[in-house]
Amino acid sequence: METKHEIYYVPEQSKLPLMASIGLFFTVFGLANWINEISADKDGSGMWVFIAGLAFFCYVLYSWFGTVIDENIQGLNSAQLKRSYVWGMGWFIFSEVMFFSAFFGALFYIRNIALPELSSGPTSEILWNNFKAEWPLMTTPDQALSGDKAVVNGPGENMANPGLGNWLGWLPFYNTVILLASSFTVHFAHTALKRDNKKLFNIWLGITVALGAIFLCLQWAEYSHAYHVGLTLDSGVYGTTFFMLTGFHGLHVTMGTIMLLVQFLRSVFKGHFSHHDCFGFEASSWYWHFVDVVWLGLFIFVYIL
Amino acid sequence: MAHGPAKGLSRWLFTTNHKDIGSMYLWFSFAMFFMGGIFALVIRAELFQPGLQIVEPDFFNQMTTMHGLVMVFGAVMPAFVGLANWMVPMMIGAPDMALPRMNNWSFWILPFAFALLASTLFMEGGAPNFGWTFYAPLSTTYASDTVTFFIFGVHIMGASSIMGAINIIATILNMRAPGMTLMKMPLFVWTWLITAYLLIAVMPVLAGVVTMMLMDIHFGTSFFDAAGGGDPVLFQHVFWFFGHPEVYIMILPAFGIVSAIIPTFARKPLFGYESMVYATASIAFLSFIVWAHHMFTVGIPLTGELVFMYATMLIAVPTGVKVFNWVTTMWKGAMTFETPMLFSIAFVILFTIGGFSGLMLAIAPADFQYHDTYFVVAHFHYVLVPGAIFSITAGVYYWLPKWSGKMYNEVMGKTHFWLAFIGLNVTFFPMHFSGLAGMPRRIPDYNPLWADWNMISSMGAFLFGAAQLLFLYNVVRTILSGKKATDQVWEGAEGLEWTVASPAPYHTFSTPPQVK
Amino acid sequence: MLSTNTRSLTLLFATSLALSIPALGFADELQFNMTEGVTSVSKEVYGLHMLIFYICCAIGVIVFGAMFYSMFMHRKSRGVEAANFHHSTSLEIVWTAIPFLILILMAIPATTTLKKIYDADDADIDILVTGYQWKWRYEYLGEDVSFFSVLKTPSTQIHNEEDKGKHYLLEVDEPLYIPINKKVRFLVTSSDVIHSWWVPPLAVKRDAIPGYTNAAWTRVEEPGVFRGQCAELCGKDHGFMPIEVHAVSESEFTAWLGKRKEEAAAIREAAKQTLTLEQLLSEGEKVYTKNCAACHQADGKGMPPTFPAIAGSPIADGERPIAEHFNRVLNGGQGMPPFGEQLTPVQAAAVITFQRNAFGNNTGDVVQPIDILKYKQGQ
Ligand code: HEA
Ligand code: HEA
Ligand code: HEC
Ligand code: CUA
Ligand SMILES: [Cu+2]
Repeated sequence: METKHEIYYVPEQSKLPLMASIGLFFTVFGLANWINEISADKDGSGMWVFIAGLAFFCYVLYSWFGTVIDENIQGLNSAQLKRSYVWGMGWFIFSEVMFFSAFFGALFYIRNIALPELSSGPTSEILWNNFKAEWPLMTTPDQALSGDKAVVNGPGENMANPGLGNWLGWLPFYNTVILLASSFTVHFAHTALKRDNKKLFNIWLGITVALGAIFLCLQWAEYSHAYHVGLTLDSGVYGTTFFMLTGFHGLHVTMGTIMLLVQFLRSVFKGHFSHHDCFGFEASSWYWHFVDVVWLGLFIFVYIL
Repeated sequence: MAHGPAKGLSRWLFTTNHKDIGSMYLWFSFAMFFMGGIFALVIRAELFQPGLQIVEPDFFNQMTTMHGLVMVFGAVMPAFVGLANWMVPMMIGAPDMALPRMNNWSFWILPFAFALLASTLFMEGGAPNFGWTFYAPLSTTYASDTVTFFIFGVHIMGASSIMGAINIIATILNMRAPGMTLMKMPLFVWTWLITAYLLIAVMPVLAGVVTMMLMDIHFGTSFFDAAGGGDPVLFQHVFWFFGHPEVYIMILPAFGIVSAIIPTFARKPLFGYESMVYATASIAFLSFIVWAHHMFTVGIPLTGELVFMYATMLIAVPTGVKVFNWVTTMWKGAMTFETPMLFSIAFVILFTIGGFSGLMLAIAPADFQYHDTYFVVAHFHYVLVPGAIFSITAGVYYWLPKWSGKMYNEVMGKTHFWLAFIGLNVTFFPMHFSGLAGMPRRIPDYNPLWADWNMISSMGAFLFGAAQLLFLYNVVRTILSGKKATDQVWEGAEGLEWTVASPAPYHTFSTPPQVK
Repeated sequence: MLSTNTRSLTLLFATSLALSIPALGFADELQFNMTEGVTSVSKEVYGLHMLIFYICCAIGVIVFGAMFYSMFMHRKSRGVEAANFHHSTSLEIVWTAIPFLILILMAIPATTTLKKIYDADDADIDILVTGYQWKWRYEYLGEDVSFFSVLKTPSTQIHNEEDKGKHYLLEVDEPLYIPINKKVRFLVTSSDVIHSWWVPPLAVKRDAIPGYTNAAWTRVEEPGVFRGQCAELCGKDHGFMPIEVHAVSESEFTAWLGKRKEEAAAIREAAKQTLTLEQLLSEGEKVYTKNCAACHQADGKGMPPTFPAIAGSPIADGERPIAEHFNRVLNGGQGMPPFGEQLTPVQAAAVITFQRNAFGNNTGDVVQPIDILKYKQGQ
């Protein structure tokens, strides 16, 4: 790696970090109170603290990114600093990968270790009235033991692969197509930018954002369908893993869409980005590819296998 | 860019300077060390003799839990990040950390995170009382409401660690002075590079496991509930996948520190630099495949048990390489024994003793007898207190003259060392015995069979604690009224940080130095 | 400089020595090593422990010996010049290879012993061990015998109002009986949080995981009383749920089991009888003190917010339907353990009657054992 050493830009003092910490604190403090209030069925101010904290936090982030962009426009950022941003984003995505690994690991463990154990030997015989495992888990151990009196009940229906022949009527299939397509469109946007074709760039980027939004709408439709047919967060481990994995993915798609949307707005209204200065866009697009790869994992391990 | 520090409080609140941030990390960590230490003293006071005297069992559990959490996440980790902040840029010839504003954010999250955690002490339901390992379902179905605050505290604390680690990696990979190739980096930088990688790999997993808890507690999921098809043991797998690398996060930078100090006072280059790097990397790699050695008794199948046992034992090999390298560095040197060196030598000896007991724990059939007894407590305090804490102390004495431009009082430093050394062994050595004799950990009261050992331990703990007051006094006195230190400070010291003035200028290398 | 260094080093050495002296001196009175135990497995484990310990000692002597030698000989104050070597591939290979070989040496016996520990098949007797907050339940599978085992040490000893006995905190009301020279298999599980069933002289430690069973086994060779404790943090009274195992000859064991079966039959019989309020109250108070006072306290005031008061509780003072009281006591919920299995119908009826007529809850309600049975059947 060839390293050119220009003067490294060390920013002046900044109020932003402390403000961001305060915002973050009130966000989680409010959220914790709010969640506790919901669980205890009590009224309280948690929700408002949370909303205020989050709004403030978002405002700080907005200013922060704004500052970084301004500095970049003023030409304060050296090539070396930009590489720091690249490393930063790269390792941040790696940390996200590890976050998802925890949940994929949990899914793997439950299917290959926990359920087989629950349905064999004395555990099954003595504790769960000869519970037998299946996947998707439609009948929980609790149901095997207590029948109608069970507290933890399996889902009414599951979202698993209906067989290749039925894919055309199967929503996750469309979601896969959409997300895969969006990976291509974002790549096309990048290529357009490399050729300094800003118009094409805007079009492809706009399409990507739209695809992200469509994905989210479909995901929402799937969730409401699931809740309608009795697949909820509390439908045993199937509901647990299904919603947690797809839910966190959905959250990341939301983040990714917002990130791309911001870049879109920057490009359209502020005329930002050129082929040699487009880190904001590139970072968002890496994130987008990452979200896409996670979906492939989901599609295989949550829906198909 | 040649601006000095701002005046007043705003210097600290809004700073982007790696030295200021490093100092804040170190002071924060010191405060947390005292807080965690006071919790430990409550534990030791209750265990001074059999019977319940001072605290109720539930409060005792809160003390144990908070002690573990505060020491691990509040004292040791921030101290290492503080040292990295101060030293990494100076050691590699960088002007500052790669991402200075984010650096300040990483720090400022911490006081808020620990305020959140500590506030539970005063809430209805009390502080976390399920151990620093917070096993489900004790920490989920059976926990009080305050666990929600604990969960979010861990979340933001984790965010801080991840950002800190990203910053350190970016700094090391991107900000080295010309000529500072990877294999020329001081070992402290190397060990931190690998530690940062470990942090980014496992802190998100910790975030994942507390998120699962949150969902189980409040939103009806069944990750850890067999009734729905989940498994409480799943919690332990995910936790220890984080937890085991975490304990190496608390020791790898320590290896880096003593690898800087021992050559200085032996006046001889570090023996086996390259093997040190490879050994560190091997330890980091192995740390990902040994986690279930904390779970030998949960009933994993025989093959699993064997694999985890073998993998765990293997860690002794690269760690041994390190120990042998340090000893050989001392061999045929021209040694002097200033305070940093004393702490480093004690580190090598006592950490090795802790490593030996670790190896004994790794023997699965024997762990059936050791597990969850004071033998384990003895093991990990030997690797953590004379390991992590001594190395940090050594580092502070070693670099304080460079930071403050003043020399600390050597006699007081040595006194601190001897009191700490004696106090520590008196505290933790008897725990091997009470543990082997069958005393379980995390209990507020016990059979008189173990009374003598406990009494000795408790007395040692107070001695060790008192020694730390001397440390505080010595550091404060140095900063306020120490004698002026030279730029070189130590006769045998080598490295970029010793080429600059003492105290190091506010912005060290605004133009990068040339490294041959 | 010279004198400080020498002093420091001498001190370092002397302290290390001094540290080991008390250990040796106390050796007779104090237990400071692992018990050898009374089974072949426990003896193997002990052997393994000592083997690894000695190996570590030997390595320690070499490493620390080299270090101390160097610290004495290679001091600047002795006027030595520092050498300058910093690399030796052959040395590095040697000290990678030798520890590796030593580890293999350790792994072999460890593997053998571990395999033995895992071989829980073909047992003569199966016992289901269930952890509860904070007691153990033992069920002899296929024998219709089961009972709870609770700490016996009085709280006066714990609170230092009375001298502590020899088996302070290690004694229970109902010990577990097993025959000697038989392979006994323990199926360990839990009804609430994770506990761990540990008896050091048997070298058995198995975690009790709610919803799962774990197998462990033992074959005791000599009769005796063996004590242990719960070894996994399980909440407030984790330190107060001991284990007491009585290993007895086979004939004694059969006699004991027979007596237990008779008692079980008697309890079923007793459930049919009708008791007076006085009988219920006096029995109820006993049950309360033993089972409930740990949380709800002897004065019925509880420890809010975690443990609600019984005094004035809507569930116990007649404000809410009595069925809720039955349900709470028999089925537990939200931190309250279920007592349906632990209490006999007589005891359950008695404690409910007691709670409804004590601490100022003057409902005058009388609950009979038969009511309990009916409630259970209705579920
Ligand atoms: C800094 C932290 C740190 C470090 C470095 C270590 C290092 C090691 N630890 Fe430790 N450990 C903890 C912190 C740490 N540990 C903590 C906090 C816990 C408890 C958590 C809890 O439950 O709360 C724990 C618990 C723990 C357990 C679980 C015990 C139980 O709960 O039953 C085990 C089991 O295998 C273990 C093993 C080891 C091993 C094999 C090493 C090895 O890395 C040690 C290697 C070093 C040496 C062996 C010495 C030097 C080597 C030589 C001189 C070479 C020649 C030697 C030989 C060939 C023998 N540790
Ligand atoms: C880096 C981590 C770290 C450090 C430094 C320490 C330091 C100490 N620890 Fe620790 N400890 C843990 C990590 C650590 N510990 C962990 C992870 C656990 C497991 C928790 C669990 O089971 O969940 C544990 C558990 C643990 C236990 C077992 C509790 C139980 O099982 O119930 C005990 C018991 O003695 C103990 C004691 C001590 C003592 C006496 C110190 C001393 O070294 C502390 C010394 C410091 C001070 C005393 C403070 C400074 C001085 C003052 C404030 C001045 C006032 C004092 C005087 C005048 C005397 N610790
Ligand atoms: C491990 C601690 C524990 C023990 C032992 C215990 N309880 Fe409880 N009990 C609780 C908790 C916790 C609650 C609160 C449950 C809830 O909020 O629904 C409770 C609630 C109750 C209530 C309802 C009170 C109210 O107002 O909500 C009754 C009645 C009761 N217990 C009776 C008993 C009896 C009878 C026993 C002994 C046979 C007993 N308890 C033993 C923990 C315990
Ligand atoms: Cu049961 Cu600890
Ligand atoms: Cu470990």
